[in-house]
Amino acid sequence: MTTRSAINVRLGRAGRRVLGVALAAVCVASTTGFDANQKVLAPAGPHAGGVSRLWWIFFPVLAVVYVVTLIFCAVAVARGRARQGRDAGANSIPPPEAKPDEARERRVRSAVVVATALTTIILFVLLVSSFLTGRELTMTRSDAGALTIEVTGHQWWWEVRYDDAVSANVFTTANEIHVPVGQPVILRLSSTDVIHSFWVPNLAGKKDLIPGKSSSVWLRADREGVYRGQCAEFCGMQHAHMAFVVVADPPDKFWAWVAAQRQPAVNPQTDSQKRGQAVFLSATCVMCHAIQGTQANASVGPNLTHVASRAWIAAETIPNTRGHLSGWVANAQGVKPGVLMPPNSLSSEDLQSLLDYLQSLK
Amino acid sequence: MKRGDLKSEITNLRFCLSPSVRRPSARACVVAAWLAVVVALAACEREKRETVEAAPGARTEAISLSDLRPGGGSQPGETKNPDEGRAYDISQGKQFFSYYNCAGCHFNGGGGIGPPLMDDKWIYGSDPANIYETIVEGRPNGMPSFRGKITDAQVWQLVGYVRSMSGQLPKDVSPTRSDHMNARKSEQTTEKEQPKKTTLPETK
Amino acid sequence: MARENEKEREEAKQDDAVALPVEGERLRELEETWKSPRGVWKFLTDTNHKVIAMRYVVTAFVFFLLAGLEAAVMRLQLARPESRILTPDLYDQFFTMHGTTMMFLFAVPIMEAMGLYFVPMMIGTRNVAFPRMNAFGYYTYLIGGLLLYIGFFLHVGPDAGWFAYVPLSGPQFSPGKRIDIWAQMITFTEIAALVGAVEIIVTVFKQRAPGMTLNRLPLFVWAQLVTSFMIIFSMPAVMMASGMLAMDRLVDTHFFNPAEGGDALLYQHLFWFFGHPEVYIIFIPALGFVSSIVATFTRRPVFGYLAMVLSLIATAFIGFGLWVHHMFATPLPQLGQSFFTGASMMIAIPSGVQIFCWIATMWRGKLRLKTPMVFVLGFFAIFVLGGLSGIILASVPLDWQVHDTYFVVAHFHYVLIGGAVFPLFGAMHYWYPKWTGRMISERLGMLTFWLLFVGFNLVFFPMHQLGLKGMPRRVYTYLPETGWGSLNMIASVGAALMALGVVTFLANVWASRRAGVLAGANPWYADTLEWATESPAPDYNFANIPTVEGRSALWEMKDDTPIVVGLSTECREVLCTHIMDAEPDHRYELPGPSIFPVLTALAVGVAFTAGIFTPWAFPVSAVLSGASLYGWFWSNRNSKNEPVKERRARTDKADRPSPRPAARTVEGEA
Repeated sequence: MTTRSAINVRLGRAGRRVLGVALAAVCVASTTGFDANQKVLAPAGPHAGGVSRLWWIFFPVLAVVYVVTLIFCAVAVARGRARQGRDAGANSIPPPEAKPDEARERRVRSAVVVATALTTIILFVLLVSSFLTGRELTMTRSDAGALTIEVTGHQWWWEVRYDDAVSANVFTTANEIHVPVGQPVILRLSSTDVIHSFWVPNLAGKKDLIPGKSSSVWLRADREGVYRGQCAEFCGMQHAHMAFVVVADPPDKFWAWVAAQRQPAVNPQTDSQKRGQAVFLSATCVMCHAIQGTQANASVGPNLTHVASRAWIAAETIPNTRGHLSGWVANAQGVKPGVLMPPNSLSSEDLQSLLDYLQSLK
Repeated sequence: MKRGDLKSEITNLRFCLSPSVRRPSARACVVAAWLAVVVALAACEREKRETVEAAPGARTEAISLSDLRPGGGSQPGETKNPDEGRAYDISQGKQFFSYYNCAGCHFNGGGGIGPPLMDDKWIYGSDPANIYETIVEGRPNGMPSFRGKITDAQVWQLVGYVRSMSGQLPKDVSPTRSDHMNARKSEQTTEKEQPKKTTLPETK
Repeated sequence: MARENEKEREEAKQDDAVALPVEGERLRELEETWKSPRGVWKFLTDTNHKVIAMRYVVTAFVFFLLAGLEAAVMRLQLARPESRILTPDLYDQFFTMHGTTMMFLFAVPIMEAMGLYFVPMMIGTRNVAFPRMNAFGYYTYLIGGLLLYIGFFLHVGPDAGWFAYVPLSGPQFSPGKRIDIWAQMITFTEIAALVGAVEIIVTVFKQRAPGMTLNRLPLFVWAQLVTSFMIIFSMPAVMMASGMLAMDRLVDTHFFNPAEGGDALLYQHLFWFFGHPEVYIIFIPALGFVSSIVATFTRRPVFGYLAMVLSLIATAFIGFGLWVHHMFATPLPQLGQSFFTGASMMIAIPSGVQIFCWIATMWRGKLRLKTPMVFVLGFFAIFVLGGLSGIILASVPLDWQVHDTYFVVAHFHYVLIGGAVFPLFGAMHYWYPKWTGRMISERLGMLTFWLLFVGFNLVFFPMHQLGLKGMPRRVYTYLPETGWGSLNMIASVGAALMALGVVTFLANVWASRRAGVLAGANPWYADTLEWATESPAPDYNFANIPTVEGRSALWEMKDDTPIVVGLSTECREVLCTHIMDAEPDHRYELPGPSIFPVLTALAVGVAFTAGIFTPWAFPVSAVLSGASLYGWFWSNRNSKNEPVKERRARTDKADRPSPRPAARTVEGEA
């Protein structure tokens, strides 16, 4: 690629080959597609789309600047070496040019001045395009019909609360933010402990959640899909496992989901589920978690009213399957060392009943 | 043509006339030795952070929980709290103190519905084992039992924190101020109270 | 003036006959006066700038190796998803130590050390302005570094990142002593940085050889001078931040507690008001290395001296106006952020001008591709890319997406390794002969370059891609589903190559020191004054203080260029000159070896270390440092040398003729 042309003018064939292989490897690796959709350049909404457009202005311009600079550098090296070869024998040193010839210097000076002027112009163009994009993206497009969602960062999970004028309609979930396709959404961000940063690359850039400051981010999903996001500000031991997803559904599907979430938890049906609920309410679980419709109403950990409806648990760290769930309940420290969830040594029957109960909470 | 060479020769002559006795630099290994000694001292428990806790109940057997003794009386063979030397565990205890709503009755240690925890008066004894017993078993007049609700490791963290509230722990282990309104001096700056046994206050 | 010179030359011719025997005696006396003390205990009393600077260089390089090892372990951990080589707790300590060490214990000290070593030699003087303070600076730095690493080995390594944002680093979320040690170490080592900056500024302004006007100052010295001013203006901000953090943690103040009227964002402002200039503090001295190397290997002065100097100064000024681009994701007003976009882009202009000037220099020069020059070419390839990705980070909307991702990690390693470490390696190859008297192996040097260059690009180029694929910084692991595995694996392989490159360099240093070709005074035929003296330089640097008649001091030196005479050889006397024109002003005696700088550093160290545990450390330390400062100044006054005036009189009476008449020398008197 570009580095290659410039550096290698005289630096040996072996070196060139090594570099070529290396860069080829990098290029291959970077062009093979990846499945996880947490990508800046695959926008699914206007916010990320604007940034992505800006990227495609910046990147080509800067790439050309880089290549041109290095070409000039390479030519300079070639010329300089040629002059050295001309002025001196193989091993001797040409005399220094303490006072270079003024006339020739003037010609070079004009080249440098032109290059500087070009740099300034290019920077100015980029600056203006950046301003315009920034202005476009921060102008409130939230006016009418925007959905407001409160997102609170905790070490190390996301609390998500859907506000409503009717207090009975307010519900809380965790790590999974559902939004309707095509409708603007305002996320009001706050943190209860340290600084976190809310970031869904496909939908919007980051915004910090700073204790004592209020912030919000605006986004709109234009395509259906599940978009992964992650905390982007270092927030302690499990910063790496503080992810979430934004699920963009068509409006009817979204409102159906909302209606389901507003319901209290289903009552246990089978004996095992009943026993599981009893375990939940008498063991350590009840100290931190809430399940709407039962006595459990603590808010230290995620709200579990509809935990079975979520695809992942532990802030998108492990899939919400029976096996993973049981491992998580039994020893969360093995999955996320340092997390506040303590290990629970339940008897095998208690654990199975608890899992039955939790999996019934659709 | 050879002017470059010539020039440097000249400068050599002019500035290098010295009896050229070079001093081999006496690189003392003092620094390295220091480092080695200190590394040998390693393993400081104060900063250990154990994330994989012992299974709940593992240490409970050491303490007889059935023995209700208003007015105190220490356990036979005093039990040491394994967490008392570790700042991280005490800070976890502080966090649980608020999460589990201990502050709901004891407030920030000043007492209200429950007795104060930052003074020198201990109804059921100031020994870690006594406090453990208080938390796990509960006490008459309102202190609920947390048996089964809190893991053993968390109880010990709470025990450590409760003792830090009246300055019973070393200063470099006790927590400092919190990131919210601080109604009291921090645990670290609290002067150590000499624990006194006291009886239950008169019930109204 | 011209007539004077002619007269001097004639006299010089007459004197030459008698000069040599007298010269020998004079040099012996000079050697005796400036000799570094020997012996283990005396080792601590040395105040020679070259010895102190070399200790800085070696210590900083050891820290570089340690931080490199930490990076290698982190790359091992990240090579595959969900690997468990490090626990998250340890990983946090590793990346914090890596960043802290590289920034505070390696980059800034080693750049200053290069200045402390070469600035006095390049401007033609015998020691820095305040030699004892210089030694004091080194020992504070050493104590600070040891404090941090002793903590790390005792499991008390800081774990909140090198930036240590509150509230994560505050009392509630970082219990124990980890962050206390970090905060104290920062405050403490920055004392050393400030001391070094003061040294360089005063030395450059007052001790230049006659004739070296500011207009003829080598670009290396300009770079050091500009950097020193940046240090003086930026370091207090971080000392403030770390001091306030330590107070929040230790004595329950509420500077950063929003609930009690403090502000968590204030910390970020203070930190980055230092943190961004810090990058230029590391980078600008490297520009000085590049200019030195380019001039030497193109056999001509760097093109556009004035433009180069103004660019350095402009960079320093603008460098203080862009700290907020580290905070674009915080809820700050949009308009304010845009101002910082403008400033961040503007700084590309002076950097660009310098790059263009170097290219022009090569274009018009006669280029020899020796190892140092090849490192400079590597610098071009890497740094320009890093600079351009910096323009992406300057844009507010783009920064929202790439901020705190691996894109940023790639960017700042491109500018810091490309912009500072490659020139530094070039500089170490370039000045190795001056340090050791022997040439460093070209063959191993080239091998080092290629290993580092290929390794570097393998490690950091894929990180751009990782950032765009959504990988945040400072994560101890990632899920396999994210698909970041293969790029991370490439990066980790590259890290192994880089490690190999560093090992090759160390082997080269070791082998060349034994078996390298003897270098002579000026093996590269360079133009600056440090090459005027033998390699390695004697303790007194120059047998005769040279005078300067042009920007390329050695290339423009004529056979009859005058030298300075009349400086006493019986005491450590240097010539002070005027700030602008370097006209001789007066002679000044520098203090000699002393144990008190070490003792004072230890006394201050007591305050900072024990202060973590008890406030009593401060009064105790005040008494101790008061006592040692008293010794410091007392021993200075009672030196066996008499005050300058009397000595001069005596020299005259003793009728010891100077080997050469004073050429534009001592006119003014102290």
